[in-house]
Amino acid sequence: MKTEDNLILKVEDIHKSYGNTEVLKGVSFEVKKGETKVFIGPSGTGKSTLLRCINQLTLPDSGRVWLHGEEVTHSGKNINIYRQKMGMVFQNFNLFDHLTALKNVEISLIKVRGMKKKEATEKALEELKQVGMEAQAGLYPAELSGGQAQRVSIARALAMDPDVMLFDEPTSALDPELTGEVLEVMKKLALGGMTMLVVTHEIGFAYSVANEIIFMEKGRILESGPPQKLVNNPRFERTKQFLSRLSELYKLGDEK
Amino acid sequence: MMDMPFLKDVLIPPLLEGLVVTLKLIICSIPFGFVTGILIATGRVYGNRYISFLCKVYVIIFKGCPLLMLLFIIYFGLPSLGISFSPFCAAVIGFVICNGAYNSEYIRGAIQSVKYGQMRAALALGMTMRQAIMNIILPQAMRRAVPGISNEIIYLIKYSSLAYMLTCIELTGAGKIVASRYFKFTFVFMVIGFIYLMLVTIASKLLGMLEKKLEIPGLIK
Repeated sequence: MKTEDNLILKVEDIHKSYGNTEVLKGVSFEVKKGETKVFIGPSGTGKSTLLRCINQLTLPDSGRVWLHGEEVTHSGKNINIYRQKMGMVFQNFNLFDHLTALKNVEISLIKVRGMKKKEATEKALEELKQVGMEAQAGLYPAELSGGQAQRVSIARALAMDPDVMLFDEPTSALDPELTGEVLEVMKKLALGGMTMLVVTHEIGFAYSVANEIIFMEKGRILESGPPQKLVNNPRFERTKQFLSRLSELYKLGDEK
Repeated sequence: MMDMPFLKDVLIPPLLEGLVVTLKLIICSIPFGFVTGILIATGRVYGNRYISFLCKVYVIIFKGCPLLMLLFIIYFGLPSLGISFSPFCAAVIGFVICNGAYNSEYIRGAIQSVKYGQMRAALALGMTMRQAIMNIILPQAMRRAVPGISNEIIYLIKYSSLAYMLTCIELTGAGKIVASRYFKFTFVFMVIGFIYLMLVTIASKLLGMLEKKLEIPGLIK
């Protein structure tokens, strides 16, 4: 069963409501090793909620998630083990404000993985180097630019050696000048074989990096497909509309 | 008014003894009051329904009742239940309970002011709730609680004089004895007042330095 070995993540029929508002109305998809899937769609369609349902930061009302064939949903205390394998990058970075860039990356290695301090520092520096931030290792989050902070937060997630990375609008809080450096890092990661789920409006990034673009609207997946097909030849008028709006706002094809 | 021999030979020696007791009271109370504050605040914010409720009740009771009454209950009331303490211990227990209740309110506010994204990021890395609280939330919250806790420490310095009511002869008590014997109330209590003022000034200075030291670079307050 070669194909099943390749399957990293399986998401099945996720439903989530906040009060009377149903944010997710049954979302299912599968992710194979090394794939990059990009979620696009209007704001408020549940893309971020979906990502958070995958690592259970938000508990879905129903539906299931599997990582390597093991169920993540209803895993009780084991959820901490699964979360280690799913790195997450947030829109607002969420770096730990009281720790330097280096310690931000180090802390989970020491506290969660139980690594020795020296070993953790070495690994953290290695990860910071990967995102071009080793020179700023001693700076605090408030001393970093948005782009730098986001790169540190990517390094922090990567330090746990995750099987899959979840990016929740990683460039939405950045001004255009700074998105480039973050997208560059993400592109490098994707090309390096990392499995990634990315919620973004950066259609240029999606077009050049994604294996599949998933268009979500009103809590459902409206359509999905390889970038060329979805962008050039969408099935639904709605998709076309949205994509042409995005392409006006964000440059298509080349993302600096 | 100024009576040097009286000051030097009669007043200062007992006041110094009293001062030592006052300092002991304060130094014994601060760490326990601090820990109590953290436990109650954490229990209130992150505890389950029952723990949170108990912590809330604790705060309501001990914030709401006069400290002197609390001290009387501990020192004079509890012995009837077979629990008795020395005056010093009874005072420290009362101070810790009261100080802890107030501290917990500052710390609770500080915990709630830490953005939820910090917790989310910690959990996303695979930390348990407990690890996230200990390593991420509290270190940030405690920094924000420092000004409030400093205030409480300053109050503590002043209300430590209530220990005298339990016959624990500290600074105020020692002064009162001298003042009554020599009938020099104004002079003696002015000297005592000056000593408290010095204590509070030194404490404020030290706490200010601590606050400065804990400041996170780059953050504008």
